[in-house]
Amino acid sequence: MKDILTNLEQNFAVSNIEKKRDDLYFINVEKKQIISVLTYLKDYAEFTHLAFLQAVDRIEENQFQLTYMLYSFQHKTNFAVRVLIKRDNAEMISIHKLWKHAWQYQRELKEMFGINFPDSPRVDESFVLEGWEEMPPMRRDFDTLEYSTKTFYQRPGRSTNDPKKYMEKKLYKDFAKSPVIARKDG
Amino acid sequence: MSIITKILYAIISVIVATIWGLTLGGIVRKLYARVHGRYGPPFWQPFIDIFKNHGKRVAISHGYMFYLGPVFRLAGGLGTYLFIPVIFGSVVFSNFSMAGDLLLVMYFVFFGQLGMALGAGEGGHPYSPIGVARGLSQMSSFEVPFSLSVIAIAIQYHTLNITDIVAAQQGGILNWTLFTNPLAVIAAMISMLGMNMHSPFSIVLAPQEIPIGPPIEMNSSFLATLQTNRGLFGAAKLVLFMNLYFGGAAHPNIFVALLIMIAKTFLIYMFSVFVGAAFPRFRPEQSIRFFLKWPTLIGIASIILVAYF
Amino acid sequence: MNKKDIKNIEKEMKLANEGLTEKERTLFSDARPSKVDLQNKYFEKFFNWARSQSLWFLGYGTGCGAIELRPLMTSRFDIFRYGIAPRPSPRQSSVFIIGGYASIKTIKRIVRSYEQMQGPKFVIALGSCTINGGMYYDSYYTINRLDHYIPVDIYVAGCMPRPEALIAGFQKLKKMIIAGKCDGMNKYAENFDWYKKNQKKIIKDWNMPDYNW
Repeated sequence: MKDILTNLEQNFAVSNIEKKRDDLYFINVEKKQIISVLTYLKDYAEFTHLAFLQAVDRIEENQFQLTYMLYSFQHKTNFAVRVLIKRDNAEMISIHKLWKHAWQYQRELKEMFGINFPDSPRVDESFVLEGWEEMPPMRRDFDTLEYSTKTFYQRPGRSTNDPKKYMEKKLYKDFAKSPVIARKDG
Repeated sequence: MSIITKILYAIISVIVATIWGLTLGGIVRKLYARVHGRYGPPFWQPFIDIFKNHGKRVAISHGYMFYLGPVFRLAGGLGTYLFIPVIFGSVVFSNFSMAGDLLLVMYFVFFGQLGMALGAGEGGHPYSPIGVARGLSQMSSFEVPFSLSVIAIAIQYHTLNITDIVAAQQGGILNWTLFTNPLAVIAAMISMLGMNMHSPFSIVLAPQEIPIGPPIEMNSSFLATLQTNRGLFGAAKLVLFMNLYFGGAAHPNIFVALLIMIAKTFLIYMFSVFVGAAFPRFRPEQSIRFFLKWPTLIGIASIILVAYF
Repeated sequence: MNKKDIKNIEKEMKLANEGLTEKERTLFSDARPSKVDLQNKYFEKFFNWARSQSLWFLGYGTGCGAIELRPLMTSRFDIFRYGIAPRPSPRQSSVFIIGGYASIKTIKRIVRSYEQMQGPKFVIALGSCTINGGMYYDSYYTINRLDHYIPVDIYVAGCMPRPEALIAGFQKLKKMIIAGKCDGMNKYAENFDWYKKNQKKIIKDWNMPDYNW
C-alpha cells in the first residue's frame, strides 16, 4: 500500500493523502489527471472494482466534489479518489471506457446534479425523474419544501414532533430517572 | 327417449360435473395450503370467485376472437364431457355416449386449447402467446403417451366406445385396465400429470414467470367462463380416466354410483396433487423431453404387449 | 338542439389524447369513462357479498410498503383464508394496494394500472406517505395526498403498518363493500376532469392515452 501511495505522489499531482482506517484511503486529484490516476490504480495497483461514483455539492466553495470509490480484492482495501470541479457549467471527463458500468452513475449525476459527462453513453436520458423541468434537484440551492408545497397538495393539520421529546413525554416518563441514565457512563 | 328428456339429463349431468370439479379445485387448494403450513381458503372459494367475476360492472374486449376464446374453451370442456358416460348403466348420466366417442373425446381435449390460443392471442399481451406456445407444445408432447395408451386399450377391448370399454371392466377389481394392462395405465397416468398442469408441468400458467399465461388479459365474465370451464373440464378428464382405466362407476343405485364416481375421481386427482406438492417446476424443454422419453416408451411397450402377447 | 350541436358536444366529450402521436391515436380509445348504474337491489347485495369475499389485489408493489405484502401470502399471516389473493394482471384484480410513498414516476404507472382495472375497484392506501406525505412531505418527487390522483377507499396509517394492520384494513374494506359504500369507480368517472387535471399537473411527460381502457 505504501508503494502505491509513494508512486502516486511521485508521478501525479496528488494532494491530501488521508488514511481513515486500515482499509480506507482518501486522495485528492486534479481534474485533468483523473483518467491517468484511475488507470494506474486499476491496471497496476489492482484496484479493479469501481464501487460507486458520487458527488457532493459544496455550494460555499462553488465546487462539486466527485468521489470515485475503488476496491481491491487483492489488498482488501477501499481507495477513494476525490476530484473538485467547478460548480458553474460543471463538466467532467467520462470514465466509461475504464469501467463500463460507470455510464449509469454518470447518467444519474447528470440528472441529479447537472454535471455533464461528454461522450458518456445515454447520458442525456432520464434516470429516475421523468419529465423533470426544474433545476437538478440534488443541488443545494434547490428548495425542495417550496417545490413540494407548490406542486403537491398539502393536507392541512399536519404536525411534527421532536422524536426524543415526544417519546420522553409519552412513553418513558421516568426514563431520565432510570438506572441506565443514572449510571453516568452513557 | 325424446330429445327433450335427453337434453334435460345432459344439463343435470353438466351441472353436477361442474360443481364437483370446482369443489375438487377448492379442496385441492386447501390441501396445498395445509402442505405449506397455511390454513388455506375455504373450499367454496372457486364459486365465490366465479360469482364475483360475473358481477363485475365492466368488461374490456379486444375483438371478436377475444369473445370467442372463452366460448371455444367452454365448448371444448362441454364437448369432452358430453360424450363420456359418467355412470355406467345410468340413463341420466350416460350423456351422448355412442360408438367411437373415444376419438371424439380425444379431439375435444385438444379443441379447447386451440380456441383459447386464438382468443388469448387477440388480447395482445406478450405473456399470452408465450403461455399459449408453452401450453400447446406441452400438450402435443403429453398427447403422445396418452394416445399410445388409448390405442393400446382400443386394441385390447376391440372397441372405441367408452361404454363398451367400461362394460368390459365390470365384474371385480381385477378386470380393471389397471390390472389387465398396467403399462398403458402408467403411461396415461404420467401424461395426466401434464394434463392437470400441477407443479412439475405447470409451465403454462407459471405464476412466477409468465403471470398466469394465456388468460392474462381475460377479465370479468371472460375469466368467469374460463373458471367454470376449468371445473367442468377437470371433472371430464378425471371421469374419462376413471372410465378407461379404473373400471368406471357402476351401481344399481344412482347415488351410490355417484359416490363411487366422486371417490374414484378424487383419488385419481390426488395422484397429480401428491406429485405437484412434492416437486418443483420443469422448464418447457425439460417437460417436453420428459414426456417424449419414458412415458412414450412405456406406451409403445403397452401396445406391443397387447398386440403380440 | 340540432344535429350539428349534438355532433359538437360529442366531439367535446371525446378525449384529446394529446400525449400520443398522430399515428398512435388511432390505436387507443378516446371515449371517456362513464358512470355505471347499479343493478337490481337484491342482485347488488349478493354481488357485493361475493366481491367482499373474493378480493384479488394487484401484485404491484409501489414503494416500501410492498414488502408488507409478501408475508401476507405465506404461512405466517396467510391472507388466502379471508378469500384475498394476489393477482398478476390489473385486468383481473379488484383491489389496488398503494404501498407507501408514490413518486411521480410511480404515480404514472399507478394511474395506468388503476384505469385498466375492471370495476368495481377498491384502493387501499398503505402508510402515512399516502395520507399526507409522511416523512417525505417535503420531497421533490413524492406526492403528498394520494386521494387527489385516484379515489381511495381505506387508509392504513403507520410507517410502516404491520401486516396485521393491513389485514384489519382488509376487514374494514369488506364491511364497507357489503354496506355498498365503496364506489370509487363511479367517483372517478364523475370527477374525471378534476383527477386528470391533478395528474397532468405533476406528470409532465404524458405519453399515454388520457384514459387507459
